[in-house]
Amino acid sequence: MMDMLAVKHLSVAFDTVAGRVQAVRNVSFSLCRGETLALVGESGCGKSATCRAIMRLLARNAQITEGSVELDGQDLLKLSSSAMRKIRGNRIAMIFQDPMTALDPTMKIGRQIAETITLHRRVSHAAANRRALELLAQVGIEDAPRRFHQYPHEFSGGQRQRIVIAIALAADPDILIADEPTTALDVTMQAQILDLIRASQARTGASVIFITHDLGVVANVADRVAIMYAGKIVETGTSQEIFYDPRHPYTWGLLASMPTLNTSGERLRAIPGTPPTLIHLPQGDAFAPRNPYALEADFLAEPPMFKISDTHYAATWLLDPRAPRIDVPDFIQKRWEEDPCASKSRS
Amino acid sequence: MRVEKSLVKVEHLTHRYAAGATPAVADVSFDIRQGETFGLVGESGCGKTTTGRMLVRLLGITSGRVYFDGQDISAIRTRLEMLAFRRQAQIIFQDPYASLDPRKKVIDIIAEGIDVHHLAENRRERNEQVACLMESVGLRPDYANRFPHEFSGGQRQRIGIARALATQPRFIVCDEPISALDVSIQAQVVNLLKDEQHKRGLTYLFIAHDLSMVKYVSDRIGVMYRGRIVEMGDAQEVYAHPQHPYTQSLLSSIPRPDPDTERNRSRIPYEKREIAQDATMIQVSPGHYLLCDPHGRPA
Repeated sequence: MMDMLAVKHLSVAFDTVAGRVQAVRNVSFSLCRGETLALVGESGCGKSATCRAIMRLLARNAQITEGSVELDGQDLLKLSSSAMRKIRGNRIAMIFQDPMTALDPTMKIGRQIAETITLHRRVSHAAANRRALELLAQVGIEDAPRRFHQYPHEFSGGQRQRIVIAIALAADPDILIADEPTTALDVTMQAQILDLIRASQARTGASVIFITHDLGVVANVADRVAIMYAGKIVETGTSQEIFYDPRHPYTWGLLASMPTLNTSGERLRAIPGTPPTLIHLPQGDAFAPRNPYALEADFLAEPPMFKISDTHYAATWLLDPRAPRIDVPDFIQKRWEEDPCASKSRS
Repeated sequence: MRVEKSLVKVEHLTHRYAAGATPAVADVSFDIRQGETFGLVGESGCGKTTTGRMLVRLLGITSGRVYFDGQDISAIRTRLEMLAFRRQAQIIFQDPYASLDPRKKVIDIIAEGIDVHHLAENRRERNEQVACLMESVGLRPDYANRFPHEFSGGQRQRIGIARALATQPRFIVCDEPISALDVSIQAQVVNLLKDEQHKRGLTYLFIAHDLSMVKYVSDRIGVMYRGRIVEMGDAQEVYAHPQHPYTQSLLSSIPRPDPDTERNRSRIPYEKREIAQDATMIQVSPGHYLLCDPHGRPA
């Protein structure tokens, strides 16, 4: 499959009062047509900064210090602002976390959707309005002809997120970047929005980059997963590989720290400590101070990406041939045995 | 083991934010046993936070009764009685950024309850108590003179917990105590809450929308929908055999960190509807209650 988007060695730094923050450090990944990649990590791990760099929507104090973002072979970072404007919203669209701030409160929602269409396509206003109505119906807003003329405050949180999705879909983008689109929503609404994104993707063949910290959501949407920590991708693989054969201790920690529906009694396996500040990064692997499996090497040098399969890579010295053999911990393997609802077909 | 004695007893509790408005909480009854964790779940706006705040009288009670250890706290009128009650019932808030006074040092934030209730003989004893509290919630006591902005979100929530523990309460309302925290920090805070519960014999009302976490921490749960409790019972039992269509829908929507399960799942839809005024709680199996209409159907 041909890569549509290729992010290569991307590094982003923010200049702050306290010093220079290395928010994204040498991040590389690719995205094929029609696939969904989940970028997973905690706040401050660089997942949003990565996507904002792709969209060239970084704050003024941010600087892309290295790397390229290639869309069909063309480096977006080298485009003029006006050329980038033609890409943004048109070929790559973004769904933001907070639908209340993503929508213009003073503009009727029908116009907000139609505006995106007329901005990128040479169509009449009437045609744009017809398409906007269609989109509203597609994202599940009932009674669309009437609601077309309403303002954002007249909609509930879930409905607003649907409208934001309608705007993102308006120009038929090739790539949708969804930045925590369901974090502000309840589980039932979250499930509906995930279904909606998946259905839209099936209809248009768009690729999706899904930013989230919720591993349940990841399992639901992702074909491939990239786990980020302290500005780097520490493990990447197919959804199956990440959930059923994780290799990085941080991935183990994330999976183990959330209770499944079968966890009871025993203490949760919390990851000790807190993420490092990205101003003064420790020497070696940034996760080492919190890593119970850390080797001496982890405190000295950053581990490279070790290959596990053609699709599965992890940056941990545990995968070095010289490292002592550490098996995937029991509590990771047992998670599946304990879950009566989990399917049994695992290799 | 748990003593089967109610510490908090709630009867027909109702709250209206404005006269004549639809009640945010309507005719809610339940009890919380000594030493247990009672979980409240439901979508945002269902009334779970409003309920929690009424239990510690941070919100007025429109009608109904709340008994704390036998005392009717809805009838408290004097400042002295309220002080005595507040010492025993504390709350931990959702947002560790908004709930700590940014101009106060951590030591004074944590010591607030000690000062108000005169729990220390002198300054030295007060500071010792704070140091003790900080240590038990996993904060370095030598950070006592720092300000809240110098701490991370998880550490701030620990400060909030220390502040709640300072008055040696018997009951704590935990209102979404982990939803603002990162995944790796959530488990730390939940472990801390559980440890303190065992150590001090605390009783919790745990409000959250993370259904897996609520199941993990709670002995019993209540499911709220549009201001009513529609189902209530032992947490294991309710999750295993949900009876109300809303509970069934809610539980079927929990995202699981397991791709194979997620791919093959089916969700149970729930048609939004009004709950009949005359609906009442009926016991469907021992300890498992369901809100039913007068014909005995789930309301």
